[in-house]
Amino acid sequence: MNGTPTPVDAPAPNAWEELVTAALLGTERRTPPGCPPGPEAPAALLDAAAAETVRRRAGLRPGRAAARVEPAAEDPRPPLPTAAARRLAMLLTDRPGTGGGGRRGTAPDLMELLPQWLATANTQGFAPPPELLPALLDAARGRTDLRQAALAFAGARAVWLARLNPDWRFALRAAPGGGMALPHLEDTDRIRQLWEEGLFAERVALLSAIRAREPAAARELLATTWATERAEDRLMFLDSLRTGLAADDEPFLEQALTDRSRNVRATAAELLSSLPGSALAARMAVRAGACVAVDHTGSTPTLLVEAPHECDAGMEGDGVVAKAPAGRGERSWWFGQLVEAAPLATWPARLGRRTPQEIVALPVADDWQAELHAAWCRAAVRQRNAAWARALLAAPAAPEAGGPGAVSLAERSKLLGTLGGAERADWVAGFISAHGLSEAFQLLGVCAVPWSEPLGRAVVDALNIARDAGSYPWSFSGVMGLAERCLDPSEASRLDGLMAVPDETEDASPGAGGYWAEAFQRLVSTLRLRAAMAEELGAV
Amino acid sequence: MTQQGVRWSADQVLSLAPDAASRKAGSKLGAAGPWSEAGSCGEGTVWGLCKGSGSKPYQTVVDIADASGPAYKCSCPSRKFPCKHALGLLLLWAGGDGAVPPGQPPEWAEQWMEGRRKRAEDKRTAETAGSSSGSADPEAARRRAERRAERITAGATELEQRLADLLRGGLAGAEQTGYGQWEETAARMVDAQASGLAARVRELGSIPASGPGWPVRLLEECALLHLLDQGWLHREGLPDGLASTVRSRIGLPASADGPPVRDRWLVLAQYDTADSRLTTRRAWLYGAESDRTVLLLSYGAAGRAPDLALPVGLVLDAEVSAYPGAGQPRVALGEQFTQPVPAPIRPPGVTTAQAAARYGKALRDDPWLDSVPVTLDRVVPTPDGDSWQLADADGDTALPLTPAARARPGLWRLVSLSGGAPVTVFGECGHRGFTPLTAWPEGAGEAVPLC
Repeated sequence: MNGTPTPVDAPAPNAWEELVTAALLGTERRTPPGCPPGPEAPAALLDAAAAETVRRRAGLRPGRAAARVEPAAEDPRPPLPTAAARRLAMLLTDRPGTGGGGRRGTAPDLMELLPQWLATANTQGFAPPPELLPALLDAARGRTDLRQAALAFAGARAVWLARLNPDWRFALRAAPGGGMALPHLEDTDRIRQLWEEGLFAERVALLSAIRAREPAAARELLATTWATERAEDRLMFLDSLRTGLAADDEPFLEQALTDRSRNVRATAAELLSSLPGSALAARMAVRAGACVAVDHTGSTPTLLVEAPHECDAGMEGDGVVAKAPAGRGERSWWFGQLVEAAPLATWPARLGRRTPQEIVALPVADDWQAELHAAWCRAAVRQRNAAWARALLAAPAAPEAGGPGAVSLAERSKLLGTLGGAERADWVAGFISAHGLSEAFQLLGVCAVPWSEPLGRAVVDALNIARDAGSYPWSFSGVMGLAERCLDPSEASRLDGLMAVPDETEDASPGAGGYWAEAFQRLVSTLRLRAAMAEELGAV
Repeated sequence: MTQQGVRWSADQVLSLAPDAASRKAGSKLGAAGPWSEAGSCGEGTVWGLCKGSGSKPYQTVVDIADASGPAYKCSCPSRKFPCKHALGLLLLWAGGDGAVPPGQPPEWAEQWMEGRRKRAEDKRTAETAGSSSGSADPEAARRRAERRAERITAGATELEQRLADLLRGGLAGAEQTGYGQWEETAARMVDAQASGLAARVRELGSIPASGPGWPVRLLEECALLHLLDQGWLHREGLPDGLASTVRSRIGLPASADGPPVRDRWLVLAQYDTADSRLTTRRAWLYGAESDRTVLLLSYGAAGRAPDLALPVGLVLDAEVSAYPGAGQPRVALGEQFTQPVPAPIRPPGVTTAQAAARYGKALRDDPWLDSVPVTLDRVVPTPDGDSWQLADADGDTALPLTPAARARPGLWRLVSLSGGAPVTVFGECGHRGFTPLTAWPEGAGEAVPLC
């Protein structure tokens, strides 16, 4: 027992040591005590050692207990239902990098389902079985995308474990404030002390936590030390004001507009321009308004753009970056920033009381359309203006919605983010119905899970069309993978007809039908598995 | 005998897998996707068709009702046993989401079951016939046993000489002489038909490379080997129990001829150890009525899991018979009267001091024992420097964990299960420390396997 326990009733405390010494040196050099020298000595030594060995073992006693660890806090959440606990164990068994590779076959990819399982378990508020925490922590260690949900589910005991095992140190870092407990918001002395003496990460965590509950209190706390903070810290702290930004933040932000650091000024300006009622927004509205006008001299009304000829001190003071990036004209660079920061309400008033739709539909003279529409897109996203987002997205079936028009796919998915979930899904469904799947991946990424029925149907129909067109399924493996995770499990029964191997047509790629059947089989079995998972978690 | 009420857990199924790759492959197949025409019937048969890469699906059938563990048949070409299809099918069945409905077995499954039933019947008939006739020629058997005893005696005498030479020259030289000499001596013991001696000799060879404190360990093992040699050479003078223990430690085969004991046997732990030739599966069972803890051994050829699979936490209503030898825990499994079922039985536990005393007492019957099975009640896994110990919740004493136990992932399952609070832990307690094998939380809760 590693030496800690002590043998009892040893006849002579050093008898064993003497035997070991004699055995090491050999009986030719050292005769053990109580043994006759000569040819019988080795046997006598072994006899004595055997008796002593058994005596030592039989006399073993427990050692002293080491200092106890503070026990983990009780988890107040209800335990997982048995079937769900088994499912989790199985999902955690399927670890990446343990073989396989190559074609995916028809079996579901269990590891891909773990994020969803964790999200559902967190929504349902279950506590994990403690014995699964090590496997859960190992999984979260290997996959950063899992960490947040895994640690939320794992709860306080995972942080307790992480203190005992350096392999899981990431859990301490990922916990807010590095695993330390934030003080109660009422405990002003503690807050004050932590704010003034804490590490940077602790201070950011503290400020964000307060901002989420009491926006004004966070701003006031920040103001107490603002002047003495380092520039990069000021930038991070200012960024935390994004949460719960409101009109009464304006004076503080106006003051930050005169900051020594250009990045701080730019962030303050961006935040102020997200407040359409702010003085900065009004100044930008005047500047931007002066650049755009309706020209009625032609056969149809047309927008004329007159970009600014200089970036004056006032513009710079309001956060406009004077120096254009390489390859961009200075005037269009300044113009884009003005339009982006101007409140969108500027435009109907300025452009003949037209609706956003009507304004976006107006032709734009001299190739300024791309610049102008892109700036409006950024403004709509920044100001979370659904009416303008809708106008800029245009009808999903419109021909320009599918091609690389004025509004890029990345901008379109950001615009979609300002719409409600149902409208978003409907727009993407309409887009897929009109333009197919090749451009849809990025847009699908912003849709809520599980997909709405119209969206799900549009994706399945489009996959079906792609199959009939005779291409191979791996051209669509991205969308197929998304469908496995996002399609509503109740759609599984409607997919039954797609699981059979179709007859091969002449123009189809060889063997494609079989691969499609396999891909749809995997889709269906994944959906069935997700339905079973949800049911086990009581989330149906 | 209906298995429908006793669904297995995924852990139980995966414990049947011969290796990690099979576990993973089987997990992937444990979903409805590739399966068709799957079903199960009340006699304990599960079947299904699994789509593979070929055009014809594999036919997979598992008999889970067999008392000696599940039996499998699959038309796939895999040499793994059970194959991933059998594991996947059992997982699908264990998942219980309606993918394996009750039904009538198809003809191909029925045929296989029919064949199994018939073979089992033949075997029973043969056994009845065999036992009545007894051994064919008792005189010849006696002569064979005598010849073998003479060879072992020659081997033990030679080994004594070898040990005496070692002690005369000193253990300090053993670090240089290396492994080869011991390997050669072990081979001599195999020739002498003393497999127990051979295994111990092989162990000796590895001790000088085993880190600090090796001279003490080498002397201990040499002394115990000497004790075993002497036990064999003087076996006529030993009490019967101890003489049997010596015979079994030497490596003479024995049959479990103890009287059958029927009990409700809780499966406390099951784990495998493997070398290049053989996989040995140990299962510890606790008899709820007899309050005895016994050991079942089963074997599989290299790379194959032994057939007998006993998931932790299940209870078997069965008879076992003890192998000869004083204080030996080993038994053979006899008749099983029902299917294993989960039951909320827990073995009664002791303190760390009582556990150490139990090991000490057991050495009186078998001085070669490395450890005894013990359940510790209300102990807290506690870090102790680089090591871990199990500390009494209500006292200030503790047992250290063995080095092997510290290196296993099961340690962290135990620590997490405890969370700093007392738990009940079953394991092996001996001179190297405690090896936890299964744990139970303080309140209600199922057994958590740690090995």
